[in-house]
Parts: sequence; structure tokens; C-alpha cells
Amino acid sequence: MSLLKIESLSLAIHGLKILDDVSMEVAPGRILGVIGESGSGKSITAFSVLQLLPGGAECTGRITLCGKDMLSLKEAELCAMRGREVGMVFQEPMTALNPLKTIGDQVAETILIHERVSKAEAMMRAAEALRRAELPVEKFPLSRYPHELSGGQRQRVVIAMAIALKPKLLIADEPTTALDVTTQAQILNLLRRLVEEDEMGLMLISHDLAVVADLADDLVIMKTGEVVEYGPAKKLFRNFQHPYSKALLAASGHVPAREAQARDVPLLQVREVVRDYTGHSHGWWGKTTLTRAVDKVSFEIRRGESLGLVGESGCGKSTLTRAILGLEDVQSGEILFDGLPVFTHHHANVAVRRRMQVVFQDPYGSFNPRWKVDRLITEPFHLMDKPPTGAARAAAIAEALESVGLTAGDADKYIHEFSGGQRQRIAIARALIIKPDLIILDEAVSALDVSVRAQVLDLLANLSDRFGLTYLFISHDLSVVRSITDRVLVMKSGRIVEEGPTADVFDNPQHSYTQQLVAAAPVLPADVVTAH
Amino acid sequence: MMGAFLHSRTLLPGAVLTLVFTFAALISLVWVPYDITVLDIANRMKSPNWTHPFGTDQFGRDILSMIMEGARTSIAVALVAVGIGMIIGVPLGLAAAARKGGLLDEVIMRANDLVFAFPSLLIAVMITAVFGASALNAIIAIGIFNIPVFARLTRGAALSLWNREYILAARVAGKGPARISLEHILPNVANLLIVQGTIQFSLGILAEAGLSYVGLGAQPPIASWGRMLADSQTMISLAPHLALFPGLAILLTVLGLNLLGDGLRDILDPRLRRART
Repeated sequence: MSLLKIESLSLAIHGLKILDDVSMEVAPGRILGVIGESGSGKSITAFSVLQLLPGGAECTGRITLCGKDMLSLKEAELCAMRGREVGMVFQEPMTALNPLKTIGDQVAETILIHERVSKAEAMMRAAEALRRAELPVEKFPLSRYPHELSGGQRQRVVIAMAIALKPKLLIADEPTTALDVTTQAQILNLLRRLVEEDEMGLMLISHDLAVVADLADDLVIMKTGEVVEYGPAKKLFRNFQHPYSKALLAASGHVPAREAQARDVPLLQVREVVRDYTGHSHGWWGKTTLTRAVDKVSFEIRRGESLGLVGESGCGKSTLTRAILGLEDVQSGEILFDGLPVFTHHHANVAVRRRMQVVFQDPYGSFNPRWKVDRLITEPFHLMDKPPTGAARAAAIAEALESVGLTAGDADKYIHEFSGGQRQRIAIARALIIKPDLIILDEAVSALDVSVRAQVLDLLANLSDRFGLTYLFISHDLSVVRSITDRVLVMKSGRIVEEGPTADVFDNPQHSYTQQLVAAAPVLPADVVTAH
Repeated sequence: MMGAFLHSRTLLPGAVLTLVFTFAALISLVWVPYDITVLDIANRMKSPNWTHPFGTDQFGRDILSMIMEGARTSIAVALVAVGIGMIIGVPLGLAAAARKGGLLDEVIMRANDLVFAFPSLLIAVMITAVFGASALNAIIAIGIFNIPVFARLTRGAALSLWNREYILAARVAGKGPARISLEHILPNVANLLIVQGTIQFSLGILAEAGLSYVGLGAQPPIASWGRMLADSQTMISLAPHLALFPGLAILLTVLGLNLLGDGLRDILDPRLRRART
């Protein structure tokens, strides 16, 4: 007896077809993994179960939940089901909670909406729900506000809200995408435990095959609004039929071919660097507080090498990046690029700066929306004494765009005309245009879909071979770091805790934190990877 | 853009009203039905009729002509006052945002607070009391109070932009704060400034009318809506049209500008635009 049954669901918004003949089923106590890249329709499928659809949406087909036909229910009846029969967990725990209400109130709200109970009783049940989500009242009183909790703890609050009424179905839309690796593992374990305890059905939506791999009982793979593959996870992983699923699997474990060899000449030397931030705790004249973001960090990057820097949010990666780029001074220690300091006399050293460039994470936020591509990618020319003009400038633009797989004609377009992957190529073109020696890739592929990510990684490997580039690859994603770096640094609370050749560090981690990280990282089962 | 313009419920009426008064002001530069410096006592306090569509005042001057010339005064005062506010306020806001948390930021923003702390019309009254009542002093008084409005708005919008990665990219390209403010920040806050500009413009018209009403704005023989209202006050029971037409002119201009500002915000704000499509 299935709990949720979606049968040949098609959906169009203002006549534009979004979903086409989608069918899937969730049984009590089982986990259905829904996998697809952005735009595949996986989230809209989940929202159509609850009939939380944008205006102008038209559904055809059949959605049966607990024996009720969801498409024929009235809004009031749907409201009665949302939160009671179906709970939902969203991607972004920072915005899924109301910052002005305590966590107790927010969890109790779900109960008060659906049941006629007193406020006190609702709070008691909220405490119970939070305890089940592993936030015991003794340590996390109900009077806490969301901003007093970490990202993982907030996600637990969201989960507590979703399970407060013991729903029969839980929909989790990318519940761990915004979280760190170790937190992600904990949240996934929590979800699994809740499913077992409550005999609940779970629809787990993700873009990451590895996240779903060891959790899901059944698997749906979606592409542009269609289901391309559906079946029991174990069987499916061993024997994908559709070329898209195969490509997706290949892309998630993709290792780009690299030829460049690191030479034994140091390019960037970081020695005993310390960066403190001072804050004023009480107004202008209050006590100053000192936060040490980077604590005596030393390492070096050799010419032609690809060095990975791994760490969770708040470990000091970004601060270190800024210091290397000469955007901020450091309190003590030195950073030398090819023997020259990166920061001299309150200013970044221009001679050094023009040999380093950076690619950022967010393909949407790293470009001025009002500029055309030619102006965007030639911005680093500002570092040169005599920037090329006229034909030489056009040639440089064309070369940079073509080396990242775009065409010279793209120079005349605005940034919003490009997809996420193309934008990241443009970001790389912007970094390449002044022919730097070192490119810092700050989570440069983290926001991309797996197949696009594989292409960008290939491009990066290819560029380093062609131009002899050196990379500092900063990421929280261990599998990406593993595929593209020679050596890796592991950073925690401002310190480098482990350092060594990438394969050694990941296969045989020494420091307890590295062991934790490696254990928490979601991986595809080994036999699956070899089978393909 | 054009489609949004025609479909917006606020933009079109706002633009039409604003254009009508702008045209009236422009035409008055070259032609008005009657010369308002000439008194025609024989025809005083005439109700609206075919020769004087809006009637005449207590000196026999044509009210339509006075409304047209008054539009010129109002628009000129408000426009220059908004100009002063933008030209001084926007660079201050950009500088404060570029030096966030620094001494410059504190000095600029506390000075803004100081100006904000005084009731604006009261200070305007003081300025005109000290330096004499004239349209120029009214402009300066209204202009000064526009400075903190634009400085705050610019700083607030610029602060969120400074956290964007493209600003970081520009810094990596070696650009200084002044250049980044000019090239990256200013174009991205421009739409906000345009919207705020129309709203300040309408407030400027109200302020000018208020100052003229108490006799501290433009002096005779320059026509002014505010003074027309003041002059008609004692005769309102005899000839209500004397107060009606300048009052309507003020109401409709301010309404038009506010609608225009509202509509412009809807089409210039990319978030709202996306939400609608």
C-alpha cells in the first residue's frame, strides 16, 4: 500500500510545460531519492504534492496521498493536510525560520494550527519534537532565537517543525546542500532515524547522487521535467539504463586528466601568518574583543602545482584568501609571491597582484549586471601599466573567451544572457586575461550542477596544462578537491591541521578532524564507481 | 519596458499628470493668456468664464496664467533643491559606504543625523528669516534637507553592494574605492535614486508652497501657488475658485509625482519585475 502515488503528472505554468508524465511512489517507512540538476523539475514535483504552486500553474494527472486525490481537494482541505499529513524541510535553514520568534513558538505553531490544544501543551509537544530532532531542551531552551543557533541546529528546528505532528510523509528539498560536510552527515542520519521510528515516507530531493546513494531505497532521476530512470536504488546504481543517468554518475565521480607537473620552485610562500579581527563589544568606548581568524598558518605552493585548501565554514579560508590577494594586511607573518611581499606600505603590491587572479563561488553575484562581457573580463587590465587598446584589446578578449570555450561574439552580451556554467567560464576568462601565474579558485565549482562542474574541472585542468597555471583550490567538497589537486591542506579554526599529497591525506588521514571530514563526506559505493 | 509602462496602474497617470504641469510651466516661458503683472481692477474676482477659464483674482489677474507661471516657480525650486540634495548627498553616501565603520563614515552619518534632527520647515523659516525671503533662499533651505535623504539612501544601498563578489573582483583588479564607487556602485543604485528623486521632488513642491504660503518663498510679482492660496484665504466665501485652482494644482502635481515614483520603482526594481513576470 503506497502512501504517495504520483501518476502521469504533467504541469504547465502559463502554457509553458514544466513537468511531463511524471510518476513515482513513496511507501511508508521508505526513502525515495529524487535526483536531478537545476531545472529538472524535482522541486516543483514536490510542491505539486502539496499543491503549493505558483500562479498560472495547471496540473493534469493524479496525485494520491493517504488515499485522497490531492488535485481535487479544496484549498481548506489542503491546508488541513499541509503540516499534518505532510511535513516539509527546505534547503536554506537561514531563511526557513522567522528570526523574530523563538524556536519553541515556531515548532508549537504547527501544532496549534492543526489541533485544539492549550499553548502550554503545544510547547510541551514542541519540546518533545525538538528532542527527537536532537535539540534537547536542557541544552537548547525553547526560548532560543534562530540567530543563536548554527546552520545545522536551525535545520534541526526546521525538521522538528516538520515532524511535530508525526506526518505520514516528509518532503526534504535539498536539506543538506547549504550545510558543511560533517553537519550534513548528522542531518542525514537524523532523517534516516526519524523515518525508521515513525514509519514515515521520505521524499529526499537532491542534486547530489552521493548524498542519496546510501540513504534511498528507491531512486528517481529527472531531467527537464521528465523521469528518465525509476527503480529500487540498489539495483539501479548497479545498472543504470538511460544515458543521462550514466552521464550523471560519471560526472559526479569525474576526474579530469592532468599532465602538468609541479616544479620544485616555490611560487607562493605563506609563513606564520596571523590575522586578528577586533570588534567593539559595547559601542565606541566598550571593551575590544579579539577574534583570531587565521592562526600561525604556514604553507607554500610550488609553481605548476594545484593545491587544495579544505575546511568548513568559519575556519578562516576566506580570510586567508583575502590576505593572499593583498586585500587585507596581516598582523604578523609574511606572504611572499615569487619572493616579493604581497602587501607593502598599506597597499597591495601591484607587481605581485597582476600575477594573481581569483574566481569566486557565486556565478550570479560575481559580475556587475550593468556591464557587458567585454568590459567585465577586461577589468583586471586596470592592473597593467599600459593596458592594450583597440585591436590588441579585442584580440585579448577573443583569446580569453575562446580559451574557456566561449566565442568572441559573446563579448557584446550582458551577463544575464548566460547560464551558471557559462558565467563561471566568463569568471575564468576574466582571471586569465592578464595571464596570471596563480589563480585562486574560491569554491569556484560548488554552485554548479554536476555535469557542468565536470566540464569546468576539465577546462581548469586543460588551462593549467596550456598556460602552466598554478591553482589554489579552496573548497568544502572533498570529492572535487580530490579530483583536481596534487596536495591538500586541511584547515580548522584558523590552523592547518593536516597537510600532504591529496591521495595520502584522504586515504589515510592522520588528524582526528580530517578523519571526521573524510568519514562524513558522502561517497558513492565503491562497487558502483568501478562497475561503470 | 514599454509594455510595463502601459500596463502599470500608477505609472501612466503619474506620467501624464507630471507632463501636463511640466508643459504648462514650459509654455509659460514664452506665452501666457494674460500678463499677470498688469492689474485689471474692473474685472476683479470674476468666476470662471469664456475669457478667463479659471476666473480672475482680487486684482483682476488671470488665474490660469498665474497657475502656469506658478508651476514654473514650483518646478524650478523643487528641481534645483533635489539637484542640490543629489549632487552633495550621493557622493557623501558613496564615501561613507566605501569607508564603512571608519571615521569618515561616522562623521558623515552623524552630520546627517544632525540635519535630520531639525524639523525641516522650521529651519527653512529660519534661513529665510535671516537671509531674507526669496525663491533662491527657499531653494537652498529645501536643498539642504534633501542632502541627508540621498546620503542615507545611497549609503544603505551601497553597503549591500559592497559585499558582492563583483566588488571583490574589482578590488582584486586593483581598483580603489573611489573608482569602484563610480563604476560599480553608482550605476547599481541609480534606479533607487531616480525613484527617491521623484518623491523628494514632490516634497519639494509641497515645501515651496508651504514657504510661499507664509510669505517666505518667491516674492511678488513672481507667481506662486502657495501665495495664491494665502491671498485667497480671506475671500474664500466670496470667490472659492481663488483657492480651488492653486489647491488643485498642488494636489495633482504631488499626486502625479508620487504615482510616477511608485510606478518607476516597480519597473526599475529587478526583484519586483521578476516577481511580476
